[in-house]
Amino acid sequence: MTLKTVLLGACSALALAGIFSTAASAETLTIATVNNGDMVRMQGLTSEFTKANPDIQINWVTLEENVLRERVTTDIATKGGQYDILTIGNYEVPIWAKQGWLLELNKLGDKYDANDLLPSIRGGLTINSKLYAAPFYGESAMIMYRKDLFDKAGLKMPENPTWDFIGDAARKITDRKEGVNGICLRGKAGWGENMAFITALANSFGGRWFDEKWNAQFDQPEWKAALTYYVNIMKDAGPQGASSNGFNENLTLFQQGKCGMWMDATVAASFVSNPKDSKVADKVGYAIFPVKEGMTNHGNWLWSWNLAVPASSKKADSAQKFISWATSKEYTQLVASKEGWANVPPGTRTSLYENADYKKAAAFAEPTLAAMKAADITKPTVKPVPYTGGQFVAIPEFQAIGTNVGQLFSAVIAGQSTVDDALTAAQTATSREMKRAGYPK
Amino acid sequence: MARSVTTKHKVIATIAAWVVALIIFFPILYTIITSLKTEPEAIAGFNLIPSFTLESYITVQTQRDYFTPFMNSVIISVGSTILALIVAIPAAWAMAFSPTKRTKGILMWMLSTKMMPAVAVLVPIYLLFRDFGLLDSRIGLTVMLMLINLPIVVWMLYTYFREIPGEILEAARMDGAGLWQEIVHVLTPMAVPGIASTLLLNIILAWNESFWTIRLSTTNAAPLTAFIASFSSPQGLFWAKLSAASTMAIAPILILGWFSQKQLVRGLTFGAVK
Repeated sequence: MTLKTVLLGACSALALAGIFSTAASAETLTIATVNNGDMVRMQGLTSEFTKANPDIQINWVTLEENVLRERVTTDIATKGGQYDILTIGNYEVPIWAKQGWLLELNKLGDKYDANDLLPSIRGGLTINSKLYAAPFYGESAMIMYRKDLFDKAGLKMPENPTWDFIGDAARKITDRKEGVNGICLRGKAGWGENMAFITALANSFGGRWFDEKWNAQFDQPEWKAALTYYVNIMKDAGPQGASSNGFNENLTLFQQGKCGMWMDATVAASFVSNPKDSKVADKVGYAIFPVKEGMTNHGNWLWSWNLAVPASSKKADSAQKFISWATSKEYTQLVASKEGWANVPPGTRTSLYENADYKKAAAFAEPTLAAMKAADITKPTVKPVPYTGGQFVAIPEFQAIGTNVGQLFSAVIAGQSTVDDALTAAQTATSREMKRAGYPK
Repeated sequence: MARSVTTKHKVIATIAAWVVALIIFFPILYTIITSLKTEPEAIAGFNLIPSFTLESYITVQTQRDYFTPFMNSVIISVGSTILALIVAIPAAWAMAFSPTKRTKGILMWMLSTKMMPAVAVLVPIYLLFRDFGLLDSRIGLTVMLMLINLPIVVWMLYTYFREIPGEILEAARMDGAGLWQEIVHVLTPMAVPGIASTLLLNIILAWNESFWTIRLSTTNAAPLTAFIASFSSPQGLFWAKLSAASTMAIAPILILGWFSQKQLVRGLTFGAVK
């Protein structure tokens, strides 16, 4: 018998044995999640939960955000029952709950302090007074800026900065020779990328996506003012190739000292202040998201990653037990004891922001809380709107429409289009899609 | 008459071959280089000199189990290839040696299924898998990959079989060989280079398939494609870790390709010169 024959035989036997073997299944929860730092940390601490609950085992499925969304949507819509717990955003929760895809979380236990959840976050996860998801971590948006560059330029960040001040400061700080950009903002196309920032910016300028009858509003002066401001500041003080920059790219630029200011999710504060990765960790200041002169609207950016139970799960009780553990005050203390207070998941509980240890360890705690308190997704802008959502519109069609408009706006900062052309195209495309989707409803 | 090849031509041809080979190999090389960088280095811009840290490999090993997805990849790719060959050899034999007026049409129809975007049939396939209890099972993925690669396997084998003179098979029949003996003892040994290259190519295709393997598996049957996908992150740096995971995932198939390159080349050029 030759070596080849032996190898071929072994491979075939291995393949066939593997194909026909099946894994034993006890009370195992399958959790779909994304690869964010806080989620990875939770996976590492799962043994604490299984030790206390030996009858429950945990399987993690970690996927890229968009693939996860697509996979979970397919599974829920077809009642595949592959998952017992989903990690979803506050964009999906109200839409999926109304579709009957999520179970109400009513078995979180007596010890679970739901009243401690930040009202703005809890409100986005509650439909008809029923909680459909528990927040794991939450975020708003704020300004992260270089205190040393501000000092050098003789600037002082006001308590309540305006867009005019930010524009002037960004231009003043910019030093192309030294590779310092005055400001870094998202430019990469996508409903959760550039449109998150631009929608919050437009909200603070008084713009809105739709009027009360679901008519697109890109032909209104507020949108033109907001987009013109964004394009001009990116041209004068933004980094090269900004149309490709999303959260991660701007994070890197800021950490390497190439941005004077960065406006993005509050969760970024823990990254930029971490001396292990950031060259400017000790030079970062924080301020609330800007307003337009004469207005009080801070853009209303509000996002949370939440744990929910799909209606197709057959292990709902165990799933709620896990969610109760992972989103509890006790979990926060567990993370603090193992990895320090600066690493606990932020933005979900009032008690965290009353904790002296946390406030001492996380310089960004106060501005984060201020940003989250300022956000109201039921009134994203000054004019009345028929939708909820701060940096997004909570309707199923928004993912497609938002990404389409995001591509049009990204093309402007790439120099391939103009503000007027992009707004006209956005108005036409959005009106067409909304009509096709049957709005007004 | 053979054309004379000058030294100058040889040098130009060699340089051109190296340049093309380097261009083709560069993405893999850069993935390996990136896996040896720190996260800030990885995203800092184009740089061919890494700091040679194994930090990302350690993190990848600590965060996720490599062995289970690796075994799943082996089982699914080898299993689907064996199944595909079992189905495709008789099919290609029939079409190569007993063609009808519809043979070409059938072959084109089979190939046309590869032209359809996979996502178009995601929901029906998902429902079928759900109803047959095949979601997140290795047998389900094996059958799925066998089906999606079957047109290519049949086409390749058909092309190789066509190169074998029909007279040899006729002679075997004259000597009293039955259908099974004809396929096993006459046809298959003559087509070994072709079958070997089809087998290797199909293993590579199945190993790298990501659309179906990610969407039809969760934990038990998830192969290395799902392992790689789990390192992408919307918030936080991940390029070095993703590159380390990719290097670990492609290493086995690269080694297989390296050791079997003679068979691959021989098979792919089989019948090129008469």
